[in-house]
Amino acid sequence: MSQKEPLFSAKNLKLFTEPFNNGNPVTVLVLGICSALAVTVKLQPAIVMGLSVTIVTGFSSFIISLMRNTIPNRIRIIVQLVVVAALVILVDQVLKAYAYEVSKQLSVFVGLIITNCIIMGRIEAFALGNKPFPSLVDGLGNGAAYGMILVIVAFFRELLGSGTLLGFQIIPESWYIKNGGFYENNGLMILPPMALIVLGIIIWVQRSFNKSLVEK
Amino acid sequence: MNTNSNTYTVIYSAILVIIVAAALAFAAGALKVPQEKNIEIEKKMNILMSVGKAADAAQVTDKNAYIEDEYKKYIVEEYLVNVKGEKVEGNAFATDLKAELQKTNPDNRTLPVFVCSDNGKTLYILPVRGAGLWGAIWGYISVENDFNTVFGANFDHVGETPGLGAEIATPAFQKQFAGKKLYDADKFVSVEIIKPGSVPVNEHNVDGISGGTITSKAVGAMLFNCLSNYQAFFAKQKRNQPLCLGKMIVVEDGFMVEKDSITGYYKEIDTTNYILIDRSIQ
Repeated sequence: MSQKEPLFSAKNLKLFTEPFNNGNPVTVLVLGICSALAVTVKLQPAIVMGLSVTIVTGFSSFIISLMRNTIPNRIRIIVQLVVVAALVILVDQVLKAYAYEVSKQLSVFVGLIITNCIIMGRIEAFALGNKPFPSLVDGLGNGAAYGMILVIVAFFRELLGSGTLLGFQIIPESWYIKNGGFYENNGLMILPPMALIVLGIIIWVQRSFNKSLVEK
Repeated sequence: MNTNSNTYTVIYSAILVIIVAAALAFAAGALKVPQEKNIEIEKKMNILMSVGKAADAAQVTDKNAYIEDEYKKYIVEEYLVNVKGEKVEGNAFATDLKAELQKTNPDNRTLPVFVCSDNGKTLYILPVRGAGLWGAIWGYISVENDFNTVFGANFDHVGETPGLGAEIATPAFQKQFAGKKLYDADKFVSVEIIKPGSVPVNEHNVDGISGGTITSKAVGAMLFNCLSNYQAFFAKQKRNQPLCLGKMIVVEDGFMVEKDSITGYYKEIDTTNYILIDRSIQ
C-alpha cells in the first residue's frame, strides 16, 4: 500500500471479500478439493482445518511478501515451500499441544496443508508482486473462503450423516427407527463421494445466483 | 544487489534454513510439555476404557482432571512382570511396549500389568501392540481374576482404513470381547478374529470387520503374541489365588485363620461361619 492509501481501503477490503464469491478457491478455482473431501465428515475438524489453512495462507503470503525483493528468483519456489512448511509444522505442533483430539482426527491432513494449491497459488499469483498488508488480507480471505466451503459441506454431512452438529444431537432421538420412529441417518453422507456431490450442489447454487461465473 | 548470483543464492538459502530451523526447534521445545501431557492422558484414558471406565470423557469440561481422577480411583497398582511371571523393578506406565516386544530374547522382556479395583472386583489390564495393515495397532485387554475371562478391550491405531480397519477402534467391535475366554481347558488359545461361518462361533473368537480382513487378523495375531508373554504370570497368579479377594483362609496348627494376601498377617476367625473342606482326607 502506498503511504496515502488507508489500511482498510475499498481495494484491500475487496481482496478479502472477493474469494467468498467470484474468486472462491474451492468452488470457482476448484483448488483444495482433496482435503475438502477428507475432513468434512464432522463440523469441528472442518472448522479447525479452515482456521489452520487461513492462518497458513495469511501468514505465508505476508512473510513471502516481506521477503519478495530479496528472494533469489532461481530458488523462489523452494523458499516459498520452506516458509509454508515451517508454518504448517508450527500449526501442527500447536494443535497437538492444545487440541489433541482434533489433531488426531485431522491426522495427516494438517501436514498436507503444505500441498494445498491455494497457498502456493496465492503466493505465486499475489504475494510475490504485492506489498505485505494486501498480501496478508488476500491470504486470509482465500483461507477463510476455503474454510467457509468446508464448513458448509461439513454442516450438511454431519447433520444428515450423523444427526448431530458439533457433536450435539440435533435430530431428536425418538425419530430414529431403533427408538420406534421413522428416521435413519444417511450412511452415504459419511463417505467421501457425498462430499463431492454436496460440493457440486454448492457450485450449482452459486452459479445460479452469479451468472458471471457460467462459462459460455 | 544482484539477487541472482550464486553466492547470494547459497548464503540466502543457508540463512533462511538456519532461521526456520531455530524457530521450529524453539516451538518444539516450548510445546513439549503439553504435548506429552496429552499423550499421557490418552494412555490413561485407553487403560480406563478397557475396563469400561472414563465413559464421560467426551462430555466433561476438564477432561484432563477427570481422567486423572478416574485413573487414581480405579487403577490401584501398576507393575512389571517378566515372561516367567516374576515381578521386576521398573516403571510400568512409562514402559515402551514396542521396545520390549522387539527384544529377540523373550526372557529379557518386562511387561506392564495394571490392576484395576472396582467395587471389590479386581481386573488385570494388559497392554497389547502389533502391526496392522498400514501402521501400528495397539490396545488394552482387561481380564478378570480367573485370568481366563476377558472383561473388556480397547483398541487404537495409527492409520487403518477409515470405515474398514479403523472400525477396531469403535465400541461396537470392542464390546464383542467381553466374556471371551483366553484358555481352552489348560491350553492358551487367546481370542481369534474370524469371519462368521468360517468356524463355529464360540467363546474363543469374535466377529471380524467386513472389508477389514487384514486389520482384523492383525488384531488376533497381536492378542496372541502379546498375551502369550503373560502365560507364566497367569499361571502363577492362578496358583496364588486367594479364596476371596485379598484374604485367604488357611488352616494353621489345627486353627482356621484368615491370611491377608496383601499384608501377610494372620487373624483368627470365627469358624462357625465356614464349612471346612479338608482336601487331604479325600
